[in-house]
Amino acid sequence: MNPFSSGTRLRDMIRAIRACKTAAEERGVVRKECAAIRASISENDPDYRHRNLAKLMFIHMLGYPTHFGQMECLKLIASPGFPEKRIGYLGLMLLLDERQEVLMLVTNSIKQDLNHTNQYIVGLALCALGNICSAEMARDLAPEVERLLQFRDPNIRKKAALCSIRIIKKVPDLAENFVNPVAALLKEKHHGVLITGVQLCADLCKVSTEALEYFRKKCTDGLVKVLKDVANSPYAPEYDISGISDPFLHIRLLKVLRVLGQGDADASDSMNDILAQVATKTESNKNAGNAILYECVETIMNIEDNGGLRVLAINILGRFLSNRDNNIRYVALNMLMRAIAVDSKAVQRHRATILECVKDSDPSIRKRALDLVYLLVNETNVKPLTKELTEHLEVSDPEFKGDLTAKICSIVEKFSPEKIWYIDQMLKVLSEAGNYVKDEVWHALIVVITNASDLHGYAVRSLYRAVQKARDQETLFRVAVWCIGEYGEMLVNNFGRLDMEEPATVTELDAVDVLETSIKIHSCDLTSQAMCLIALLKLSSRFPSCSQRINNIIGQYKGSFVLELQQRAIEFNSIIERHQNMRSSLAERMPVLDEATFSGRRAGSVPAAVSTSQGVSVNLPNGSAKLSTAHVADLLDLSLDDAPAPSSSGGEFLQDLLGVNLMPVSLQPDANQAQKSGSDVLLDLLSIGTPPAQSSPSTPQVLSSNTDNRSPLDILDRLSTPSAPSAQVSSTGGNSSMLDLLNGLPSSPPTSEGNGPAHSSVTAFESSSLRLTFNISKQPGNPQMTLIDGSFTNKSRDVFTNFIFQAAVPKFLQLQLDPASGNTLPANGNGSITQKLRITNSQHGKKALVMRIRISYKVNNKDVLEEGQVSNFPRDL
Amino acid sequence: MIHFVLLISRQGKVRLTKWYSPYTQKERTKVIRELSGMILTRGPKLCNFVEWRGYKVVYKRYASLYFCMCIDQEDNELEVLEIIHHFVEILDRYFGSVCELDLIFNFHKAYYILDELVIAGELQESSKKTVARLIAAQDSLVEAAKEEASSLSNIIAQATK
Repeated sequence: MNPFSSGTRLRDMIRAIRACKTAAEERGVVRKECAAIRASISENDPDYRHRNLAKLMFIHMLGYPTHFGQMECLKLIASPGFPEKRIGYLGLMLLLDERQEVLMLVTNSIKQDLNHTNQYIVGLALCALGNICSAEMARDLAPEVERLLQFRDPNIRKKAALCSIRIIKKVPDLAENFVNPVAALLKEKHHGVLITGVQLCADLCKVSTEALEYFRKKCTDGLVKVLKDVANSPYAPEYDISGISDPFLHIRLLKVLRVLGQGDADASDSMNDILAQVATKTESNKNAGNAILYECVETIMNIEDNGGLRVLAINILGRFLSNRDNNIRYVALNMLMRAIAVDSKAVQRHRATILECVKDSDPSIRKRALDLVYLLVNETNVKPLTKELTEHLEVSDPEFKGDLTAKICSIVEKFSPEKIWYIDQMLKVLSEAGNYVKDEVWHALIVVITNASDLHGYAVRSLYRAVQKARDQETLFRVAVWCIGEYGEMLVNNFGRLDMEEPATVTELDAVDVLETSIKIHSCDLTSQAMCLIALLKLSSRFPSCSQRINNIIGQYKGSFVLELQQRAIEFNSIIERHQNMRSSLAERMPVLDEATFSGRRAGSVPAAVSTSQGVSVNLPNGSAKLSTAHVADLLDLSLDDAPAPSSSGGEFLQDLLGVNLMPVSLQPDANQAQKSGSDVLLDLLSIGTPPAQSSPSTPQVLSSNTDNRSPLDILDRLSTPSAPSAQVSSTGGNSSMLDLLNGLPSSPPTSEGNGPAHSSVTAFESSSLRLTFNISKQPGNPQMTLIDGSFTNKSRDVFTNFIFQAAVPKFLQLQLDPASGNTLPANGNGSITQKLRITNSQHGKKALVMRIRISYKVNNKDVLEEGQVSNFPRDL
Repeated sequence: MIHFVLLISRQGKVRLTKWYSPYTQKERTKVIRELSGMILTRGPKLCNFVEWRGYKVVYKRYASLYFCMCIDQEDNELEVLEIIHHFVEILDRYFGSVCELDLIFNFHKAYYILDELVIAGELQESSKKTVARLIAAQDSLVEAAKEEASSLSNIIAQATK
């Protein structure tokens, strides 16, 4: 068998693979081939090595694993003949990269081949070294490569030069060794050597300032002369590309001159003439010529100033920009972006053309043009430019809208000359592409609107009109809802109407209609719905005549499956129905949001998801509630902070009821005080601020309407968390809703109604960051059943998200796990997650409870898993 | 600097890949998938450049094959188009009006030519003639070794007859 006739069999394999009709079939063929190759490798048969590797390379290209062939490459490289080495090196470059340790084994073979008498073998070794060498290999083999820079054959010299580029990029310390040999290369006539030598020179200048100084002093004139010779050389068929002699050499020379001229007036001066010549004489009807002009412009822009040349360069770019070839226009935009730092006036002259490019059908060009327009905007041209861009927003491709919207918003925020213009522009963007707008942008718009007190009416009326037309834009809708809630009366009475504004007649009913229809739209998301509810609450106080209707709308959400909406609906409902006296102060307008705080926070890395509420915490009028935790950072909290500080303890509870975690912990003793004085906490809670006599009948009513939902439980659970878990929890018979309420309220007085024994609470699990407390109680009349209220507290400084608690019990126990109250656990023990467990012990009295638990959550985006066993249950469960 | 060279057929099949910057096998597959999705879908009249992960990919279509090269932001895109064309012309001269099938069955030859053209992501030779001459010289070395081996095996065969 001829060892080199592998071609036929390789062909057969390729044919077989190409004949496969399905991916599975292809996998089958490849699997079979790989098996055969492995077998052949393990036989260590040198005759087939060559062919095996060729096959493996093809298989590798198809994306299959071929690591088992790596050692074969090394064997082929180590064999003496040229054909084996040729395919061995090819395989090495294809199957391995610099990060594989196997590569180190080849260092010695490469070293021998670099000293081989056959120049083609030297060439193979240089090529492999240049393409995949690691820093270690570079260090080991640098002397060989350096020597080869003076090899007799120019084809080896050019390979050695490119190999040196890789070496100095991997190990910049080695740069100085190459400076002298490179200076010699720059004087050569062979184009291949010149091209590679010039490239190496440019790279040396980048890694070493000494090299830069040296070449600048010794070689600038020489390189200028080489460029002159190339530019003026007569027709040479070998290097000619569309009438230009060796554009590749041209471009590399221009590149290195740029490096040498940058920051040095003398060097720049010495190259002015040739640059002017190249810029004026180069033919620009073919790509090769344009490539040279492009490089030349860049060099002119980067070397030290010469007014005349720069005008020339900008003119070339202007010509490029009006070219019909998309490639040329693309590079023109690209270069103008760099030219803007040098001469922004000259670039401004091309503004109209650039704006046209934003509307191009080619996404690459559009993106470049948009980036450029963004840089061109200043105070004087912001209005026309923004107008153009927003008009284009209407017709642009959906995939471009995101970019375009972000840029317009950024321009408007940065350069807006007046607030009304800002509001107008943002409204246009929101109506056109509101779904592409980031949260912080519409938050900023709200901040601006609150600060423009003379424009409140204008803003709310414009938003009202806009939202009628573009209902599907979520962010527009949110801003509109917020403003209607805040400034609803201005919508109706045309307060502060501006001269240019069209008179509009909006009735109170219209305003409520907008909210009512919107909240019911299926696409309306949770945040928007929640905002609608707040706006409705506010309107109920602004428009007393609509109060009943609003109450009905809100009432529909009392049965919502979404906890957030249900809770809000129930709370607002009770405010509207029972607390007329404080509703107006609760629904008062928000204080002006502080722009400085908001923009400062945006500049910092605070996640944008937290809404504007944090920004306002500084200038709260009453200062009673410090928003340090901002657990429920929504607008509801803000509206509550707005309310005058309540003085009665009932009022405090109201705040707790609505803003749950806003209350400082210090209020807890008060609550306990109230309890000790004998008043019923529960009644107090539910009969917010009304005389006890009236509250009694209302309590059962509230309770009965809530028996099938967990909302009150939740409120109480969360209320209870800041205080330490108390030792005794009573259980009351029958009504499970009542039971839940009391369980969730650890500060309630210990009662002994005799309905079954009371049990203590147990710290079931405690780690450095997390504590789990079980409050244990028994179901009366069912000794086997144990009720456990698990409460999780986060002791660390980071919020836990995606919190999941799992538990497992032995066979004699039956475990029922209710859904948890949430999956986010605030930091520093500021709140907790509660979860109810029900355990039935079939061996009651014989065996004690035992449980394995597993808790998983995310903290700082890292998954954490904690596990443990709970065996410290009281014995008689 | 050229970070990698890809040849992708219109159907998205890979015909040649050469990586001058380190990418793991996983990354390579991902890169190829991403880029073929971006490039193959572009219309014929659009410019030959796409921006991708802070780099630029210059591509040009020849018959059923897309030649793609990934370069740095500050590199000269127009020149890379010339390099691609240079490569294609050399392939064309070597195979005699090259087609996709030539590159499939002689993929290693295509690699040898690329290695004479680009090393370490930089252009090595601007003369098509020189590249052709070097490849021919190395091919004849291989042929010579083949003949020598076959004559050797003939001698052995005759001696052991």
